[in-house]
Amino acid sequence: MELLLVILIGILYASGLYMMLRRSMVKLLIGLILIGNGANLLIFLLGDLSKGKPPVIDVALTAFQNAYADPVPQSLILTAIVISFGLQSFAVVLLKRVYMITDTDDLDQLNSDDQDI
Amino acid sequence: MTDHYLISPILTHLFSVILLLFCWKKVRLQKVISIASNAIIMMIAVFLWMKVWNQGILSMQGGDWQAPYGITFVADTFSATMILLTAVAGFAVSTFSAAGISKQRIQHGYFPIMHLLLMGLNGAFFAGDIFNLYVWFEVIIIASFVLMTLGGKKPQMEGAINYVTMNLLASVIFLTAIALLYGLTGTLNMADLSLKVALVQNRSMVNVTALLFFVGFGIKSAVFPLYFWLPSSYNTPPSAIAALFGGLLTKVGIYALIRMFTLIFPPDDFLHYLFLFVAIATLLTGAAGALIKRDFRKMLSYLIICHIGYMVAGLGLFTRSGMNGALFYLFQDIVVKTNLFLIAGVIFKMMGTMNMDRLGGLAKSHPRLSALMAIAFFTVIGIPPMSGFWPKISLMRESFTTDSYLLLAALIIASFLTMYVMMKMWTDIFWKPQTQEIPQGKNSFDELRPHHRQLLVIPIAFLCLLSLALAFGAEQVAQVSNRITTELMEPQGYIEAILKPNSKP
Repeated sequence: MELLLVILIGILYASGLYMMLRRSMVKLLIGLILIGNGANLLIFLLGDLSKGKPPVIDVALTAFQNAYADPVPQSLILTAIVISFGLQSFAVVLLKRVYMITDTDDLDQLNSDDQDI
Repeated sequence: MTDHYLISPILTHLFSVILLLFCWKKVRLQKVISIASNAIIMMIAVFLWMKVWNQGILSMQGGDWQAPYGITFVADTFSATMILLTAVAGFAVSTFSAAGISKQRIQHGYFPIMHLLLMGLNGAFFAGDIFNLYVWFEVIIIASFVLMTLGGKKPQMEGAINYVTMNLLASVIFLTAIALLYGLTGTLNMADLSLKVALVQNRSMVNVTALLFFVGFGIKSAVFPLYFWLPSSYNTPPSAIAALFGGLLTKVGIYALIRMFTLIFPPDDFLHYLFLFVAIATLLTGAAGALIKRDFRKMLSYLIICHIGYMVAGLGLFTRSGMNGALFYLFQDIVVKTNLFLIAGVIFKMMGTMNMDRLGGLAKSHPRLSALMAIAFFTVIGIPPMSGFWPKISLMRESFTTDSYLLLAALIIASFLTMYVMMKMWTDIFWKPQTQEIPQGKNSFDELRPHHRQLLVIPIAFLCLLSLALAFGAEQVAQVSNRITTELMEPQGYIEAILKPNSKP
């Protein structure tokens, strides 16, 4: 399971970065979303995967070793998902506005402001 | 010391946001509320600073969960000073905005968002938990996205794309670094991390994590290879917003860098040389960029980058007086960069352009205002006894004593180029005879009502006075930065204040 997640995270980061380096605005957005999801999965992976254990500790237990799933990574991911959801929806609206104003999807065309050096 | 007072700047900003949202369409009321609440927060910040100065490091645990399990807010002298300067800059910008921001922008929620941005900054300076720091950074960037795009002009939108993309990327890198750090140590509390990172066996993984933090914060603070978003976006929004960005947003990145690399990852040899290299490159490329630009605010943007180099240099030297210089520079830079962008706003109001070729003749038409602006110009250059001089001398002396001659050369060249750029600005804007008539209806400054004109000039005068105070009170400022350096270089006090808040009387 860990190996599968590692490969998946690698693919998400790589494809996200690749998409961000493209010239199209929509691909930029997809890249941002992919790389954000990769980061969330990375937190999940590094918080130690454990199967079928509750995130609370049984009263009867005296030792903590492997007795419970760590709840912190899950709350971190939840927070990160909510934040990235907000930021990504802002980015969608921004890109739509930019497209409406400049009438192009090509990021290399967006330099009217640099013309006067 | 546990103290709940330290959260009050954040809460006051939050309540002003709520209040401002209720007067969505009442422009005049919003202005009054914003200026008043910023004045109150400035007083709160002064009290908080005195409290921290007298009582030592204050901390607060969210929900009374003891550290390292709960969310911690900490105010050491560094945080308290940054809060104070944020409050000062916030007050100046909000006064300036009352006359400098158009009615349409205010009706679309300029003031509430500005307070949200300031709240995010305050939170970031107080955060004692690394994930909490991430959340405050997100509050800052979402508010700054809205401020940057508010108004929706074409260059603004184009600048915003660069800005949004790079900041989102920086956040992802920051989050990745947090994930790795949690995987290594199993804690998020910064004081606890400081203890546990030192015990980790896998040093190469620690170094990778440190570098990821450096890249993440480096994008935000615009250091050498990562700064290209800054000059292409900071010249697009209205000057009041640019002043807030230029004065505070890059500085919060520097704050986070200094905090991380003194508390959690004390630099080893590799990081030490990396910082010095980045500082040299930032100093030189920033100054060179400012040389070739002809747009006033674009030149200022490059100067921001150049001067970030001084702070990274101080961190890279990692000696007491190097850190002292970096901190002193950081404090005076917040004041003076905010001021310069406000000045840019006034000049734009007068002449209707930012292009150096079309500006001119201000010394003749507005002599008293020009004399006021000269103070800010001299401060940036660092002509003694202005406040830019003292940190520079301590940085140069320190690079001399540690045999970092390349850095010394870069510091001198960057200072010289800064002087050249500022002199060129001065002659072009103030002394050169006015070559072109100002287009009809563009010179709105002289047609403003007198009290609006005062609202534009008072914050500039206020910040100039503050620069002068920093310059002539250099001994006191040096004492403050000295104490901060002690707290940063010997983090035991910080760690004990958080992990054992009630052990000390």
